[in-house]
Amino acid sequence: MRKVMNIFSIIGIGFILNPFIRMTMGESPKQNFAALWRDLGIPLLAILGFLAAWSAGASQVETSLGKIPGPVAVWEQFEALVDDHKATREKAAAFYDRQDARNQRFIDEGFPERVKERAFTGKPTYFDQIWTSLRTVFFGFLIATIVAVPIGIFCGLSKSVNAAMNPLIQVFKPVSPLAWLPIVTMVVSAVYLTPSEAFPKAFLISAITVTLCSLWPTLINTAHGVSSIDKDLMNVSQVLQLRAFDKITKLVIPSSLPLIFTGLRLSLGVGWMVLIAAEMLAQNPGLGKFVWDEFQNGSSTSLARIMVAVLTIGVIGFLLDRVMYTLQAMFTFSDKR
Amino acid sequence: MTVQTSAKFCAALVGAVSIIATTASAEWLDVEKDELTLGFIKLTDMAPLAVAYELGYFEDEGLYVTLEPQANWKVLLDRVIDGELDGAHMLAGQPLGATIGFGTQADIITAFSMDLNGNGITVSNEVWEQMKPGIPKMADGRPVHPIGAEYLKPVVDSYRDQGKPFKMGMVFPVSTHNYELRYWLAAGGINPGYYGKTDITGQFQADALLSVTPPPQMPATLEAGTIYGYCVGEPWNQQAVFKGIGVPVITDYEIWKDNPEKVFGVSREWAEENPNTHLALVKALIRAAIWLDENDNANREEAVEILARSEYVGADAEVIANSMTGTFEYEKGDKRDIPDFNVFFRYNATYPYYSDAIWYLTQMRRWGQIAESKPDSWYMDTAKKVYRPDVYLEAARMLVDEGKADEADFPWDTDGFKPPQKEFIDDITFNGRKPNEYLAQFPIGLKEGEIVSDDGRVVSE
Repeated sequence: MRKVMNIFSIIGIGFILNPFIRMTMGESPKQNFAALWRDLGIPLLAILGFLAAWSAGASQVETSLGKIPGPVAVWEQFEALVDDHKATREKAAAFYDRQDARNQRFIDEGFPERVKERAFTGKPTYFDQIWTSLRTVFFGFLIATIVAVPIGIFCGLSKSVNAAMNPLIQVFKPVSPLAWLPIVTMVVSAVYLTPSEAFPKAFLISAITVTLCSLWPTLINTAHGVSSIDKDLMNVSQVLQLRAFDKITKLVIPSSLPLIFTGLRLSLGVGWMVLIAAEMLAQNPGLGKFVWDEFQNGSSTSLARIMVAVLTIGVIGFLLDRVMYTLQAMFTFSDKR
Repeated sequence: MTVQTSAKFCAALVGAVSIIATTASAEWLDVEKDELTLGFIKLTDMAPLAVAYELGYFEDEGLYVTLEPQANWKVLLDRVIDGELDGAHMLAGQPLGATIGFGTQADIITAFSMDLNGNGITVSNEVWEQMKPGIPKMADGRPVHPIGAEYLKPVVDSYRDQGKPFKMGMVFPVSTHNYELRYWLAAGGINPGYYGKTDITGQFQADALLSVTPPPQMPATLEAGTIYGYCVGEPWNQQAVFKGIGVPVITDYEIWKDNPEKVFGVSREWAEENPNTHLALVKALIRAAIWLDENDNANREEAVEILARSEYVGADAEVIANSMTGTFEYEKGDKRDIPDFNVFFRYNATYPYYSDAIWYLTQMRRWGQIAESKPDSWYMDTAKKVYRPDVYLEAARMLVDEGKADEADFPWDTDGFKPPQKEFIDDITFNGRKPNEYLAQFPIGLKEGEIVSDDGRVVSE
């Protein structure tokens, strides 16, 4: 039972389920209800309070696009976006039917070489945009990790490498994604001449911008983690005359994992924030583009739709953090476990 | 000359024959590229693109088109030049400006004119309150239209006396809106400023300072007080009325009746590599334009519904409907009939006339975007380089042969020049064959032999 509760804790639903499990195991109900109230009841109340304040406050502000939408209007637009998604899927199905009919006709008339399968040409729906953003952020984050962890390890191991890297890290770390974006755009356009289907130019530009901004937390935390490994452990490795590779894989990485993961968590959070801004500015597909397009539309439903996007961005950011936390808990032997 | 043209004719004939040969068995053109991305700006005059997509006209030609909204005109042009977009909804001045090297230099051509009219000039409520007392009224108390810029002049003067520059917005340096706004202001005695080598913002000697704002941001910029008025396409004038932040004072229909507005532009290189694709695109667009104007605008309601979708213009349907269905609302409640506010096909709206191109070139010259004066023949040659009625007529011929268009609807025998046009707000006649003579008639503007000096004065060359 303890094990089950541990798993629940790790994946982040322990605070709801564990008190019940404890009660079935005969622990005092009073204590567990108190925990439940603290971990579930109070947050829920706070959310309700926020919704009420939003609802009341929103109707007070008159913008040129009408009143600021309240929770109900936002929920309606969320449903509208779902309907829109379904309608677009139907259109896509009709598109593929027409294409099949055309291809069939080519075959019937003796031009089999003209048969061609194409992807649907309609607009991406809201959920397509979310998917695009997620793919982009993970790709950028992956590159950042591949670059930052090794450099971080070297910085942590060697004082000279650290001294060499430190000024660069300090200077580039605070640079805003919006400043990187024009440079990345020009460089990618110049270097990446024949875009492939899987990696369109816009995708790469957004992803690399994410990389440039989400590199630093991982790098710094890895370096810090490595440099603060117990001196005794390092001495042991010298006594055992471990090869450098073994030392890094068997000793350095395992013992600095908690801090590496702290860095990765921060990096992913930064990457997600950066991505939305990059998409908005560069008009690259994704949630940021959705927000910008709606802003440009300026219709009476635009503000509510933008708020749907804001909440989606928040919830996804939270979930990403949760995923990283779970991974961290699974891979490390920290005090939390 | 004759040898050259007959050679061209032969080439065209050979081309036509080969097209017929390859498509005899299937009714589609043998397109070189069947997956296309076309760019547009969120304006109602992108309608032919949306209609051609939604009604399946692109697919009828074997084209699989993705329509992509662009952030602003500069981004759109750059993406056509670097090949990310196969073609785009463009300002009529863009292919011309790009070809003569004002701004980004690139060879862009057009074989399809997208619409006539469709713009308006809006001023903020504050400016309107100051203009209104001077404007003559009709019996029912509503102002008499068209309203000339002479009624704005006292306001501009009073701003200047207070030391405040009078700022207005337009959408792009080579946009129709820039030239229309300048035309209107100058006709009312307000100097909109000259472009020069040392001032590429076009504000030398300016009484009113014009600057660039992307169309969808116009109302917000006006509301923020950064500009006092603007010239833009629909729905952004009607949007100001709906939001109650400004009042349209004049439409471009009243500045120059049936003026050419947007074009469909592609790069010359693209057109040379994909001649059949280009033809197929123009065919689909002509059909869309026909549909938009058919039976006295009978399909406009449906077009409004399409345009109001978030992937196209996305503004509220009632805002778009205001202008698309033949009316225009000036002040709130003052709705007037302008049946030709948006023309997509009537009056040969889609034919790329050389004289239209030359009008834009004369305005570029008038305000100093073309720094030195040019002979009449230069205007002619440039127009012929950019405007491609040959492609248009070839596409139209195919549609007529397929029974999808009416022979009588196309100007088969025109030499590309409309007869001299008189219906301008300042009653100056435009004859496309004599651009320099035309320029000589304007009280404000560069004339033959004049240039703008480095310190912003108009001097002889």
